[in-house]
Amino acid sequence: MDVLVCNKVTKKFGGLMAVSRVDLQVKEASIHSIIGPNGAGKTTLFNCVTGFYTPEEGEILLDGHEITGYSPDRVTKKGIARTYQNIRLFKNMTSVENIMVGMHPHLRSGLLGGIFRDPRTNKEEKNSVEEANRLLAYVGLKGKGDFLSKNLPYGDQRRLEIARALASKPRLLLLDEPSAGMNPSESEDLVDFIRHLRDDLGITIVLIEHHMRVVMSMSEIITVLDFGQKIAEGSPAEIQRNPQVIEAYLGRGAASGLGAPAAASA
Amino acid sequence: MQTKPSNWKIVFQNASIGGGISIFLSLVGMVAAFNERYIIADGITFGQITLYAPIFLLTYLSIRSVASTSKSRVFMWGLLSGAIGGSFLALLVLVGNSVNLRAMFINATDELYNIITSGVPLPLGLLVPVLVGAILGGLAAGLYLLSPRWRSTILQASAWVFIFGLMRDLIFTVIIPWGAFGSIVSWMFALNGMTLLGAILLFVFVAFFSYRNYGKKGGDNWVKRLPPRRQKFVRWGAILAGFVVALLLPFILGIFFSEILDNVGIYILMGLGLNIVIGFAGLLDLGYVAFYAIGAYTIAVLTSPELGFAHLTFWQAFPIALFMAVLAGVILGLPVLRLRGDYLAIVTLGFGEIIRLLALSDWLRPFLGGTQGIQQIAQPQIGNFTFNTQQSLYYLILFFIIVAGFVAWRLKDSKVGRTWMAMREDEDVARAMGINTVLTKLLAFGTGAFFSGLAGTLFAAKLGSSYPTSFNFFVSINVLSLIIVGGMGSIPGVFVGALVLIGAPEVLREFSDFRFMFYGAVLVAMMLFRPEGLWPEARRKLELHEEVAPPIEPGQDTPAVLGTQGQ
Repeated sequence: MDVLVCNKVTKKFGGLMAVSRVDLQVKEASIHSIIGPNGAGKTTLFNCVTGFYTPEEGEILLDGHEITGYSPDRVTKKGIARTYQNIRLFKNMTSVENIMVGMHPHLRSGLLGGIFRDPRTNKEEKNSVEEANRLLAYVGLKGKGDFLSKNLPYGDQRRLEIARALASKPRLLLLDEPSAGMNPSESEDLVDFIRHLRDDLGITIVLIEHHMRVVMSMSEIITVLDFGQKIAEGSPAEIQRNPQVIEAYLGRGAASGLGAPAAASA
Repeated sequence: MQTKPSNWKIVFQNASIGGGISIFLSLVGMVAAFNERYIIADGITFGQITLYAPIFLLTYLSIRSVASTSKSRVFMWGLLSGAIGGSFLALLVLVGNSVNLRAMFINATDELYNIITSGVPLPLGLLVPVLVGAILGGLAAGLYLLSPRWRSTILQASAWVFIFGLMRDLIFTVIIPWGAFGSIVSWMFALNGMTLLGAILLFVFVAFFSYRNYGKKGGDNWVKRLPPRRQKFVRWGAILAGFVVALLLPFILGIFFSEILDNVGIYILMGLGLNIVIGFAGLLDLGYVAFYAIGAYTIAVLTSPELGFAHLTFWQAFPIALFMAVLAGVILGLPVLRLRGDYLAIVTLGFGEIIRLLALSDWLRPFLGGTQGIQQIAQPQIGNFTFNTQQSLYYLILFFIIVAGFVAWRLKDSKVGRTWMAMREDEDVARAMGINTVLTKLLAFGTGAFFSGLAGTLFAAKLGSSYPTSFNFFVSINVLSLIIVGGMGSIPGVFVGALVLIGAPEVLREFSDFRFMFYGAVLVAMMLFRPEGLWPEARRKLELHEEVAPPIEPGQDTPAVLGTQGQ
């Protein structure tokens, strides 16, 4: 069963085809990577899926229901959560507050509940604080709940962003370059962490990544975009051998001259 | 690194700025207007302080940046800087006596020159400001040379004497009815300002405590050392005591000050509302006065027999007025809320003006009274009691302030408060968290409009009439300023801001002409020295005064810590 399906999704900016007739099928509980050179349209595709952009053509289905053109908040309520390439936490809110904002789709209390603090609202607040602390512990930030998120070190900010995304209990988690700015040992931890996420919670994960080591070691399927078009798709081994992929990354001469391992270490 | 400017240059520049500001304050008439009020009876006037304060301050600043190690040299620079500043004033007198400055500056009167020369006839009188400047410069240097502990002690003590002298009328009214205690204290005050002895006593008194408590953390500390149950007890005790004082205020203050109290109260109500819109949700609304006007006019139209539409009582019209205000908030909100930042500010500003102009227009004169306004607005009544005096209205206002404060306080730490905050931080991401930003903004706008409308109805009841001129753009600006001065997003800050910006200028009547200059100066000073506000929200304090350097944040606009220049 495919969790996410994109059919011929196209997004233009003026004359530029940022994403052009891209098809994508993401299998349930898989780890699916999207790679491609800079400007290939990876983040644009994410933005189309999460409702930040409305694609000009094509349709996007989540669990078989069309979500094309939904506003971001509705997409989130349907079960897609994401992180950002350049971390976008609520900087001046604490870690716990960040996560509690992430829980928004599941909280029922409203304006009057907030003013009068009826027992139901109180219970909900108490539960969500506990849940937030549980999530913090899960991503390895135990005891940092009261830090302003901007005061956390870089790696912790990445983790917090993932925790915030998890707080909405998503079916599908989109990670935009989660290992950006990490050293090799940190990225290895990240690989373990993402695998655990999938195994523990059964969440389907789509990630955009540049670190080939990360991509190749954990992805089950890789989709390669170049100039907005899908040029290849397959298992890590297949992608490493694909001449078109090598060409996209290293240029025409390289494709004929160099062997497959070159792409893997690009 | 830039080469360091020479000491001469620093001193001359700063002294010129100081002298320039003094001349400016003199020529706009501030000095002469403030000269009526004595701080120390028959000694120092508020005008003189205004005249020399810039010179003193700038001298202090220049001494701080002058590179000099020996004490006598620092002292010398101080004398020089003060004298240069003072000579600017001397120059003003000299020019004023040879050319007719009044053609351009109506405040350049002989009276002003008299203040500057302290009445000493001319050739010799020119020396007076130079001499006074030099003495003050020396004092500034002395202050600089003191240890930080003594410096803070003296500054605090002087500030208290200044405030007591300034607020003499207010303090006098409060203290006199207290019989024996009143008479003991009343000799500290003469008919004009403090007596010299009183000032000295107060100075010593404050200095003693301030010296002793130097370096200790704020007054909350002893509470924090208590066991939690006792802490709670103390907190509630403090709140109760505050409440009792609030209840007694109109009796203590009398009729004249009660009216000021009502005005402050109405602004607090509006501030609490706008604080939700701007402080919590981050929506810059510059047309906040519109909802205030709608609240007032709805009450007026529905209760005044003049127009003859309806003869509702105040309380019958009251919910309708609130409803109208919220409705207006939502109607304005719907098209506008897709806009962000500056654009939102401009559109709301326009909306505020539209409402005022509608009220003013001839076209709607049969309904809203045009320039004539609407009179005979019904007074609120409960049973047989009518709220028709400033003092009784105060209680009504107080009641609603408590309600509004409670609502704002509760909302702040609720789910709704968090969504507002998230939206303020990053609207796109907030949407990606499943937050319906349109609805959330409408909620903030509606709540803000509710409080503003509420303030409007009370304002109408207080005046008994409603004129378009009461609802001009400056009301919005006042409310915005008081939030900024008090501290964005802080609820106690609204109270402090209203007391400082609305209360103080009304108590000091002579301020009224210079009100907006005062606002401007206060706002600039706040942004420079205390951007988080007078009573900041705990979080904002963290944001703006960061001990730990935040990780990877290039281009962040936290104000630089004010260090000594040229280091």
